Amino acid sequence: MPNLSSVLEVVTATHPGMVRSHNEDSLAADAENGLAVLADGMGGYNAGEVASGIAVEMIRTEMKKALASRKPETLNGGDAERLIEAHAARANTAIYRASQSQPHYSGMGTTLVVALWHDDRLSVGHIGDSRLYRLRDGALEQITRDHSLLQEQIDSGMITREQARHSQNKNLVTRAVGIDPEVETEVHTYSVQPDDLYLLCSDGLSDMVSDEDMQLTLSSLAANLPLAAEQLIQLANDNGGRDNISVILVRIAKRYPARTGVLDRVKAWFK
Amino acid sequence: MAKLILSLEGSVIREVPLDKERITIGRRPQNDIQIENLAVSGEHACIVTILNDSFLEDLGSTNGTLVNGNPIKKHILQNNDVIEIGKYKLKYVVELATAAAPVAQDDFERTMVMKSSPGRPVAPPPTAAPLTSPPTGAPRPAAGPLTSPPMPRAAGPAAAAPKPAATEAQPLAALQLLTGPNAGKEIELVKNLTTLGKPGLQVAVITRRPQGYFITHVEGVSFPVVNGKTLDAQAHQLNDHDVIELAGVKMEFFLKR
Repeated sequence: MPNLSSVLEVVTATHPGMVRSHNEDSLAADAENGLAVLADGMGGYNAGEVASGIAVEMIRTEMKKALASRKPETLNGGDAERLIEAHAARANTAIYRASQSQPHYSGMGTTLVVALWHDDRLSVGHIGDSRLYRLRDGALEQITRDHSLLQEQIDSGMITREQARHSQNKNLVTRAVGIDPEVETEVHTYSVQPDDLYLLCSDGLSDMVSDEDMQLTLSSLAANLPLAAEQLIQLANDNGGRDNISVILVRIAKRYPARTGVLDRVKAWFK
Repeated sequence: MAKLILSLEGSVIREVPLDKERITIGRRPQNDIQIENLAVSGEHACIVTILNDSFLEDLGSTNGTLVNGNPIKKHILQNNDVIEIGKYKLKYVVELATAAAPVAQDDFERTMVMKSSPGRPVAPPPTAAPLTSPPTGAPRPAAGPLTSPPMPRAAGPAAAAPKPAATEAQPLAALQLLTGPNAGKEIELVKNLTTLGKPGLQVAVITRRPQGYFITHVEGVSFPVVNGKTLDAQAHQLNDHDVIELAGVKMEFFLKR
């Protein structure tokens, strides 16, 4: 894989919030390999931390290994999607087995959002209600769609987006990693432009801070990503900070096409 | 509750509690505090009290109103201020319970009161107790992921989002440019976040938070200067009438009430 550390500017931040005593979110970012992973765990005792920790650590180390052995020109959108699916599935199996074998881990699970930047593109996989947003030309767009009761209610027309803001059912997800023997990861690939700013976050941010305030913060503070991340967490805490808050910010400095030059293609054609 | 102690040449005449929203002082009998002296105008001054703050206003009197020796038109009374009307003195005294509270504290308390308005929970919900956390997924029938019942995500009670930003309770503030081509121009800080300066050269941001307004450096080699002191990378709380220097422009921060 080409080294993307000169292309991606990455900042991570996490905070337990104002109410919870411990942080069940886990996150990792690897600019070199163009990878960002964020998980929001659930379960009694410290099981939530265990579940999100397993998911993030497994995906970070295993995908890094898998990417190291790939030639850049062989990784296309489909490959990236399959890679994300395969590693989300492995994390699911590991968490499910742990919860089956150890009583105090029973029922633990986690949300997951995985982003992989490659060849001027971004493949993102998610399970549950942790999100990916994109700020492009000053407009913030939610890229992932939650696997949650609320989102299903919105989709079916039962409630409006505005009513959803005041719903009591924010904490119900319809899909999670490690709950069942198998899990379906929703994966899509998008084209990427220079100056795009991506935000991965747990619901501790998206439930506490309006999209308008997120957009204002990201567009105003894009020149200082650590401050932008700090400001988002502060906004969530100022609004009550009911849940753990995690954010990963990734800004695209320039284009990063895979090194498949014209000469390479011509050579391949004559072979 | 605050009170006024009316005295003449060192001897106390009477004490007047500020128990009404508006208390008038003057020579005519309909005033709440009547002072029968020709140096005092018929309707000389009034004091308006809102929560913990009392505002003194001269009502266009002939001989004026002094506070601690200085003539005033409008004045926010501070504990132990001495109001002079003619030869009479009125000392403004805040009862002990709140005497120690500086003005900023009053503002803070008021913020808290407004935050408890309907729709906004006063106290956070009980902290998630690990022992009572719900058995996530336990009572779940064997079914595919798409048809599984929703799984509770959190141990605490589901809470409606307190979407109205806590910052609504903040008084409105603004910046007035003191130098530069736009000197005199006023910028109202209506958003939770307002950036200032020149991108690429020097930028700072003013954030509106429940605790007040804060300025933080965003980009550029030089940091903002507040009241002649250069800031570091940390957020700095702004006080009424602070003077900010940024990208060669001076501006004054002030609260609008």
